[in-house]
Amino acid sequence: MADVARPQGEQVGAVHAPIRTYLTVWGWLFVLSAIAYFVDIIHLTGWLKVVLLTVLALMKAGLIMAFFMHLRFERLTLVYAIVAPLILLVAMLVGLVPDGVAVFVRR
Amino acid sequence: MVAEVTVQQVEQKPSWGGGISPFGVSWQKLMMWIFILSDAFIFGSFLISYATSRASVGKWVDTGKVFALHIAGSEIPLLLIAIMTFILVSSSGTMALAVANAYERRKKETVRYLFLTMLLGLTFVGCQAYEWTHLIVDYGVRPWWNPFGPPQFGAYFFTLTGFHGMHVLSGVIYLGIIARQVAKGVYDRRGSYANVEIAGLYWHFVDLIWVFIFTMFYLF
Repeated sequence: MADVARPQGEQVGAVHAPIRTYLTVWGWLFVLSAIAYFVDIIHLTGWLKVVLLTVLALMKAGLIMAFFMHLRFERLTLVYAIVAPLILLVAMLVGLVPDGVAVFVRR
Repeated sequence: MVAEVTVQQVEQKPSWGGGISPFGVSWQKLMMWIFILSDAFIFGSFLISYATSRASVGKWVDTGKVFALHIAGSEIPLLLIAIMTFILVSSSGTMALAVANAYERRKKETVRYLFLTMLLGLTFVGCQAYEWTHLIVDYGVRPWWNPFGPPQFGAYFFTLTGFHGMHVLSGVIYLGIIARQVAKGVYDRRGSYANVEIAGLYWHFVDLIWVFIFTMFYLF
């Protein structure tokens, strides 16, 4: 009930993380960025590099969206409305890159 | 009696029946999220186009070499980009601290962290200006030609980093306006620091985009 009749506009600050959480997330972002950098400069190649970098990027994106952009503390309706189109974006990427590969094979 | 009836009506209204907020956020925040989504699609199309193009040419440019810095005679690959990433992640942290302080309505701290965020943002844009100058003047990179490899590299480099840099620069201006309003006590009078949080959404989004440009354009 209280959930439905929630007033608009002024609930900012009602639910949020303590400063310590932000600092922890911040630290992890540095660590993950550093790992990504080292994956590149130690010259890993092929699928291992692609998978590692993708996982690292998604982890960073998840941390930023969940904590820095507060999605962790928003309603699920909002979270779904934002995440679903982004998944479609990834689907488009996965769908179109093979086209590029096909062009390369015919060159 | 009348008030009771109204409350009951509100309770019975379905979430999507209108008149109430199904997302549970203010319209200002919802608008920012809609903007962010549309912007994500702009960058998404750039990155998809880039990935497809790159897959179609096979051999790409060795970005580690192109964006290396020479320190004490040795070449450290991609160092400039690593520093820029470090700066932008730092700015995201200071922005988070600004928002956390805004929740507690601590005016002075909020302004201080907003300024720190702007400073880091400007440093990032400065690094980018150096990067562009270096590539354009020293290597003669153009959107249609470059000395390193496939000509597409230049077009994607300028489009991706250019659009992102514009976003950082707009963000600095945006944060400047917000910081000024905080300092003038506008949000104290209004009784809400919500605008700081909304500006934070934008800033973190710009950092989010950099995560993917960093990974897809520089690291892959």
